[in-house]
Amino acid sequence: MSIDTPVRTPGAASSADAETTVMPPAPRRLPSAIRPGDFSSTDVALLAFSALSSFFLVWVAFYQITSLSGVLGFLVSWFVLFIAMTWISTAQVIERQVATDRVVATLVVSAAVLVVGLVLFIVLWVAYKAVPSIHWTSLFTKDQKNFQPASPNALSTVGISEAIVGTMEQVAVAALIGVPIAITTAVFLNEVKGRGVKLVRTVVTAMSGTPSVVAGVFIYSIFIIDHIMNYSGFAASLALVVILLPSVTRVVEEVLRVVPSGLREASLALGAPEWRTTWSVVLPTARSGVVTAVLLGVARIVGETAPLIFTAFGSQVMNWNVFHGAQGALPIVIYSDVRQANQSFLDLAFQAGFVLMSLVLVLFVLARLFSRVRDKDAKKRGDLPIEDDALARMFLPVPMEKSENLS
Amino acid sequence: MTTTPLRTDDMAPAPAPARDPKGDHLRLAGSAAGEIEAEGVYAWFGSRLVLENVTLTMERSKVTALIGPSGCGKSTFLRILNRMHEVVPGAQLAGTVGLNGVDIYGSGQRAMDTRRHIGMVFQKPNPFPAMTIQENVLAGLKFSRSQAKHRDDLVEEMLTKAGLWNEVKDRLGSLGGALSGGQQQRLCIARSLAVRPSVLLMDEPCSALDPTSTLRIEKTIQDIAGEVTVVIVTHNMQQAQRVSDFCAFFLAEENKPGRVVEAGPTELMFGNPADPRTADYVNGQFG
Ligand SMILES: Nc1ncnc2c1ncn2[C@@H]1O[C@H](COP(=O)(O)OP(=O)(O)O)[C@@H](O)[C@H]1O
Ligand SMILES: [Mg+2]
Repeated sequence: MSIDTPVRTPGAASSADAETTVMPPAPRRLPSAIRPGDFSSTDVALLAFSALSSFFLVWVAFYQITSLSGVLGFLVSWFVLFIAMTWISTAQVIERQVATDRVVATLVVSAAVLVVGLVLFIVLWVAYKAVPSIHWTSLFTKDQKNFQPASPNALSTVGISEAIVGTMEQVAVAALIGVPIAITTAVFLNEVKGRGVKLVRTVVTAMSGTPSVVAGVFIYSIFIIDHIMNYSGFAASLALVVILLPSVTRVVEEVLRVVPSGLREASLALGAPEWRTTWSVVLPTARSGVVTAVLLGVARIVGETAPLIFTAFGSQVMNWNVFHGAQGALPIVIYSDVRQANQSFLDLAFQAGFVLMSLVLVLFVLARLFSRVRDKDAKKRGDLPIEDDALARMFLPVPMEKSENLS
Repeated sequence: MTTTPLRTDDMAPAPAPARDPKGDHLRLAGSAAGEIEAEGVYAWFGSRLVLENVTLTMERSKVTALIGPSGCGKSTFLRILNRMHEVVPGAQLAGTVGLNGVDIYGSGQRAMDTRRHIGMVFQKPNPFPAMTIQENVLAGLKFSRSQAKHRDDLVEEMLTKAGLWNEVKDRLGSLGGALSGGQQQRLCIARSLAVRPSVLLMDEPCSALDPTSTLRIEKTIQDIAGEVTVVIVTHNMQQAQRVSDFCAFFLAEENKPGRVVEAGPTELMFGNPADPRTADYVNGQFG
């Protein structure tokens, strides 16, 4: 392969300060690219060739020779053959080392594309199924009390406000109970040195393996069967706490772990007691990570269905009181309506799914905004922000614009 | 209160403020340099003895430098002087450390009180990243819940002492992490001085800094040395000569715990050391 060498323009050499200014050469293009992003025209040609030839081969095999069918089978066979062709052709044209390298790179990129594509597909599909039939005002203001699914314009008189209110209340109460306990436990795990720590960590880890349906049955069997409590949003909150606790605890613990121990020592060396050190130094330093962990934990329980079925039970009618009586919830609407053999029910189920996803998205954006408030303050004053935590960047959809911070 | 608080203001030249029964005044009393006497100090990490029979006096208002090769126990010794050693799990010690004649490890002495009287600056600058410059300076007071009356004056005084005031006076509300490394270290010095300790311990405070910042901090050390006793660990022989009045040479022979080989006035230690190992070390023969 030839390497393009930059051509120095004679004009530059003869300019006034030619002696002092040396024009930097254009960066060399290395012959064999290692990173998945570096593709030369040869690479692209090889990939295109492999993709096309494998496509036609599979097409012939599927529809001409045998009479196989099925889109999924076709796609999988195509992909497998595509990888094989890529390796063989690259090995022929370039060499085997490069071929292996290229195949691994292609697999890695394919995995990323698959994940992003899948998420986009789910989101867009739900939106596509939900949005055309939405009656926006009734959706958010009416409940399902007067649902007449047979009538042609059924959705203009019903909505899922009872489920939206129910989900928000149940999740808010669960967060109010669960988050302080989770943060305190994480502080215990990370800041306290003692014998109990290992045991508690093991228990928390085991607890995070609790199937969510078991969490629901647990609350059901200790409160509702014995009539200590009736079906209510609060019972659902308790079941959600069981799920929220271990996940938030473990993530907050990880966040606290990356707070430099030098800060704790500095605080102790100033004569601060341990609790002061945790409260005034460790937690504020880890603030954005803690907020992110909490919001991600909340986002996770928003969509939980199984724990709600035996606890909140679900309701067609608006019930504002989270502490008394069966209460609707978005996941329950989806769960019960999607199984009805009626288009209006189906539409409503997808609309509930759409609202639920939007709720989760709002939580993610909130997490992003919340964890950046302090940075914004710093930016206003013209300082560089303190480094953002990797965790937030990993989970959140809004990318970090470094250039914005440098302005 | 049955415990006797550390008395650090015995030698205070200024009239002592009215004592309140809790002894809180000690934190805000006009600073008076203290004298530290370590006697027969041993230190262990787990079962490993790392420091053996160290007896050393750090004189009032003077700068004492602890020198010696890496791993000979200088940091360990320094951390024993303000009870930071016990923060490490499994760390143990023997011997006594007196601040103005009061054993800081005596029964009834609380580590927190000791640390307010004996401040510490670490090798790596560690301002609290979630606090502003002003909040950083006042952090120690906040932690001990002291109400400083003239907070702004105090912040200015401490930042001036640390040689940072002119550089940050227009942005006291910025985060501490937004400063350069040398500025951060001076902020840490200001933060330590704000609780008016009688002794300031510094563990290689300049080793992470550029030469200009190093000189700036050396000047700060000389400026504050009158009001506070300074104990500084350094690997830089020129620095030890420039800033210190007294020197102690630590050495750990192979597989043996660290000990003090020789201690004395800095000129003698560098000009006419009694022990050949000291001469070798200060002349750069080993370590
Ligand atoms: N946290 C610790 N746990 C176990 N051993 C330690 C710890 N800190 C220091 N040591 C050991 O104690 C000895 C003295 O260390 P240190 O006081 O840091 O030396 P110096 O500051 O003179 O370089 C070294 O051998 C070191 O390995
Ligand atoms: Mg050291």
